[in-house]
Amino acid sequence: MKLPTLREVGTEARLLLIGIPVFLWTMIPIYHMFLFAISPKEDAFSGKLWPDHPTLHNFEIVFKQQHYFLRDFYIQFWNSTVIAVSVGVLTLFIATAAAFSISRLRVPGGRVVMNLALFTYFIPAAFLAVPMYRTMGNYGLLNNHWSLILAMVTIASPYAIWVLKQASDKLPVELDEAAVMDGATTLQIFRLVYLPLMMPSLVAIGTYAVLLAWNEYLYAFLLLSNDREITLPVALGNFLAADDSPWELLMTTGFIYALPPAAIYYAFRRYMVGGLTAGAVKS
Amino acid sequence: MAITLSGDQAMPGPPLSSRLTPAQVWGIILLAPYLLVFLAFVVYPVGYGLWLARAPANYVALYNDPIFARAAVNTLIFLVIGINIKMLIALFLSGFFAQQRTWIKWLSVIFILPWAVPSIPTILSVRFMLNPEWGMINHFIFSFTGDDGPNWLNDPTVALTMAIAVHIWKSLPFWTLILITGRLAISHDLFEAAEVDGASWWQKFRYITWPSMQTLYITCTLLSMIWTLGDFNSVYLLTGGGPADLTHVLATLGIRYLRLDQLSLAMASIVCAMPFVLPLVYFMMKRLSR
Repeated sequence: MKLPTLREVGTEARLLLIGIPVFLWTMIPIYHMFLFAISPKEDAFSGKLWPDHPTLHNFEIVFKQQHYFLRDFYIQFWNSTVIAVSVGVLTLFIATAAAFSISRLRVPGGRVVMNLALFTYFIPAAFLAVPMYRTMGNYGLLNNHWSLILAMVTIASPYAIWVLKQASDKLPVELDEAAVMDGATTLQIFRLVYLPLMMPSLVAIGTYAVLLAWNEYLYAFLLLSNDREITLPVALGNFLAADDSPWELLMTTGFIYALPPAAIYYAFRRYMVGGLTAGAVKS
Repeated sequence: MAITLSGDQAMPGPPLSSRLTPAQVWGIILLAPYLLVFLAFVVYPVGYGLWLARAPANYVALYNDPIFARAAVNTLIFLVIGINIKMLIALFLSGFFAQQRTWIKWLSVIFILPWAVPSIPTILSVRFMLNPEWGMINHFIFSFTGDDGPNWLNDPTVALTMAIAVHIWKSLPFWTLILITGRLAISHDLFEAAEVDGASWWQKFRYITWPSMQTLYITCTLLSMIWTLGDFNSVYLLTGGGPADLTHVLATLGIRYLRLDQLSLAMASIVCAMPFVLPLVYFMMKRLSR
């Protein structure tokens, strides 16, 4: 092995000079959250970089629901899960059907619907939240999980349809023609030809919708308010209502809440990077 | 593919169903779920909201509300300064992450974390770090200088800057990732040829990287601006709009009016943003709907 030249050492040093600040910048807020989760209250508030007595006691309090703010932890976790999964399933169903209809069946007016969907995609979410809140009130759905599920499906569908349409357009028309020759009905083509070929994009879109719903704060806090109906992020926000909030428990709950989406993200990263980022912005 | 049937639907003829092929009937059935969602949760709310915002008195009230003017200025600062700084850093870092090193590969996996985790716990984590008495940052300032650190979130300028920093922390990975994809698509031969010709680092960027990435870069910047208009969390969870409602942006201001039961004011404040939003949206739609 030959020794590195002075120039190579210089390049490497310059790269490290960028890499170390990037690492610190990325990790500090997350490490800070983790630090609080494993610290007793006194250590957490003393600004130490590592607690004198690291402990899992905070997790025990959360899992045993032993605090006023945590008394509905499990039901809130369950609410978050049910809502995220429902949004994923409904979005997949609606978007796949729409993309198949627009891209493969070339339904009359499909292009117009695609453009309307894209337009919705560009309405800033916080702007749509204002009339959406009132609409859900008019429909009598406030404080009902369906209000959040339907709102999130509305927000997730446009991008889902767009990505799935892009992916469908790439499938050769000959496949459909051959299937029609063999006497396949439209539904058979959808089930036996289209869905299997679209699988990678469907995984990406399903993950996208689930994460979007799991992470949503604004809509959840507007549409749900009852302690036993709210999702975890709203419960986290409610910690701030008190002046002497138990921050170590807030951070512990936040850490638990952040784990599933991070795990899902890394598990499906292959699909996410290929299916979503490439489609997100076409140059 | 320009065979639109919308033209001949207007013509008199046999009932619609008998002129559609079975495939088209299925097409309409499969499109129906989305159309229903669109009508019930986009058309109706937007129409209803615009109807609520129709009275000119709302706009007079907004004009007289100093919080609205402040929020509009804050939003502009957030978009014009914040987003451009973010995209410049993303452009710079995309060059860094495009380097072929094992440790940089690993760093890129860690770098994506802020994007992969939900924003609520991490923003609240930053909020506590900035706590003047108990936060980690002021503990450090105290142990190094012996002085008390600043009361970070109590000064509107500093608080807004921190909200922008939180926004950058959260969404920088996403844009860097997209710009890396753009950078990796540039043919490597070009750089090798430039190397042979003795081009400097700046010349390579100026004459190879930038020309092939500028469309992507500008598209990303505009898209990020549109989305950032809807960024409620970075401001609300860090500053709550405070101190004294001086750090609101339009996204949090609309919700503030909503919570004060002034729905028509909330809608009017959103309508005021439309002259800026719609041209951006129009541009993006032209780019993406090809």
